[in-house]
Amino acid sequence: MDLPRRYKFGLLWTAGLLVFALVPLLMTSRYQMNLAGHILVWGLFAVSFNMLWGVTGMLSFGQALYYGIGAYSVGLLVTRVGAAWFFPALGIGLATAALISLLVGLLVIRMTGVYFTMLTLAFAQLAYQVTLKWRDLTGGDDGIQGIIPPGLLADKTFYYYVVLAVVFFSIWVLKRMAYSPFGLVLRCIQQNPERVRFIGRSVRMNQLRIYVISSLFAAAAGALMAGMDSSIHPDMLYWTTSGEVILMSVLGGINRFFGPFIGAIVLILLEDVIGAKTEFWPIVIGSVILVIVILFPRGVVGEAQHLWSRFRGDSSQRSPA
Amino acid sequence: MNALLRVEQLRKAFGGLKVTDEVSFSIRPQEIAAIIGPNGAGKTTLFNQITGQLPPDGGRIRFEEVDLVGRSPQDIVRLGIGRSFQIASIFPDESVRDNLLAACLSRLNQTRRLWRPYTSHLQAGEEAMAILASLGLESQANRPAYELAHGDQKLLDIGIALALRPKLLLMDEPTAGMSPEERQRTRTLIKKLWQEYRLTLVFIEHDMDMVFGIAERIFVLNHGRLIAEGAPESIRANRDVITAYLGEETG
Ligand SMILES: Nc1ncnc2c1ncn2[C@@H]1O[C@H](COP(=O)(O)OP(=O)(O)OP(=O)(O)O)[C@@H](O)[C@H]1O
Ligand SMILES: [Mg+2]
Repeated sequence: MDLPRRYKFGLLWTAGLLVFALVPLLMTSRYQMNLAGHILVWGLFAVSFNMLWGVTGMLSFGQALYYGIGAYSVGLLVTRVGAAWFFPALGIGLATAALISLLVGLLVIRMTGVYFTMLTLAFAQLAYQVTLKWRDLTGGDDGIQGIIPPGLLADKTFYYYVVLAVVFFSIWVLKRMAYSPFGLVLRCIQQNPERVRFIGRSVRMNQLRIYVISSLFAAAAGALMAGMDSSIHPDMLYWTTSGEVILMSVLGGINRFFGPFIGAIVLILLEDVIGAKTEFWPIVIGSVILVIVILFPRGVVGEAQHLWSRFRGDSSQRSPA
Repeated sequence: MNALLRVEQLRKAFGGLKVTDEVSFSIRPQEIAAIIGPNGAGKTTLFNQITGQLPPDGGRIRFEEVDLVGRSPQDIVRLGIGRSFQIASIFPDESVRDNLLAACLSRLNQTRRLWRPYTSHLQAGEEAMAILASLGLESQANRPAYELAHGDQKLLDIGIALALRPKLLLMDEPTAGMSPEERQRTRTLIKKLWQEYRLTLVFIEHDMDMVFGIAERIFVLNHGRLIAEGAPESIRANRDVITAYLGEETG
């Protein structure tokens, strides 16, 4: 890693942090701050998901399961036991996600390709059905309202900055991971699992590891979301939620670390702008996404970097993950 | 006799087809041996059983007195058996250097690390550069592996196996698909690597110049059976071998 590139990267990182940090100060309405908060949380969720898909080649269609575990841990404990339980609830949510992802992971990693995808979907849908039917505990399709975090966290602006810090820190951790020896092995697994065995590494063990890690960060995103919106609903575990992070990754580009984050920005802004203008927004958004995917097969970030390197006249510039 | 690898009465059939038929042989430390035989003779299948990719139907495989049957490929690699493939098996989107780094990091047991960048693991980096130099691929270090010429991909595959510092290295047709000039170079290179890394080397090969040029011992497989083994001169003179295989190629 040469210095100028690190420097450039640090600059981008700081710029991103600055933009999000300025939102509450420059924006006129609370609504816009909430929008920025949503982008941050979905961005983290999508980036953590892409560690599975873009990096390791495991297309999970069931990450909503862990997002939901995080959200319901916070929602249930804060409303039923007490606001002071916000942080313990976060810990319990992460621990539960770790345990469930370990158990589910042991089963799903036995499958590859579309079977893996379908099985992850099946587990998440199962959890969705349980959440829906177990009214006494979860409130069924009403969800849970009035999730107010304790103390200063109850202040929306303060909470926004906490979200900003947690999301940037988490993404930084995931980025380190993507460029670590472990991350290299994950990419190798995507490209040639047989060869990974023949350099002496277990494919399944490493797949299980990243499945648990990715699920932990999904749970963290869910927990943050519960405190931000003050309400949760079983749709957070529905397959459309898993589909959303897949879509964000495709939009931004699955072969770039920050692709899914950019995808989250694009999708959430699209939904916001188009959703406000027409009641046919799902169709319009669907069409816009189709156009983007067809025009930019590498995703927005991938395509931009490709153009940039063509513009600078070096075709060999590549970046891992 | 202190064999490094000992294969005893190995059997494997696909349906009714016997691809490994009561095969027994042993490999001595530091030797360089070749396995030859017509297409479909069961050469690759033999490697697949030794390296744990395919379970044998019967028989034993012992490496340094450790029983290999039933062990996973990654265990067997870590016991010290490296392998290169008939069709180059590499990580196509990674750079040539990173292909080797992955193997070096694995050998050093550092692939569980998830914090420091893999590029700043210095010992792995040095080892990878040393392998690059041995292969003569320094100039390609930063290119993604899929861009390499076919012959260089085969070399990279061998390099990945070498990076594991195996006690025993199995190469499946190292010169397959190469031009005559590339073959010539690869033949010299493999002999050099064998000496430089003090390897025990067993290679499968159809190129007879290479087989008779560098192997100390030759094993001949036909329809899953080991029909001959011995020094190059004795194999060249062997009637069974000539009718089964050599006749058509060297006449
Ligand atoms: N997994 C498998 N299932 C069924 N048949 C197989 C399998 N693998 C190999 N065979 C068959 O076993 C026989 C031996 O195959 P093998 O690949 O070992 O031959 P080989 O000696 O390496 O030949 P070549 O010189 O062409 O590489 C062939 O007839 C092949 O079709
Ligand atoms: Mg073969």
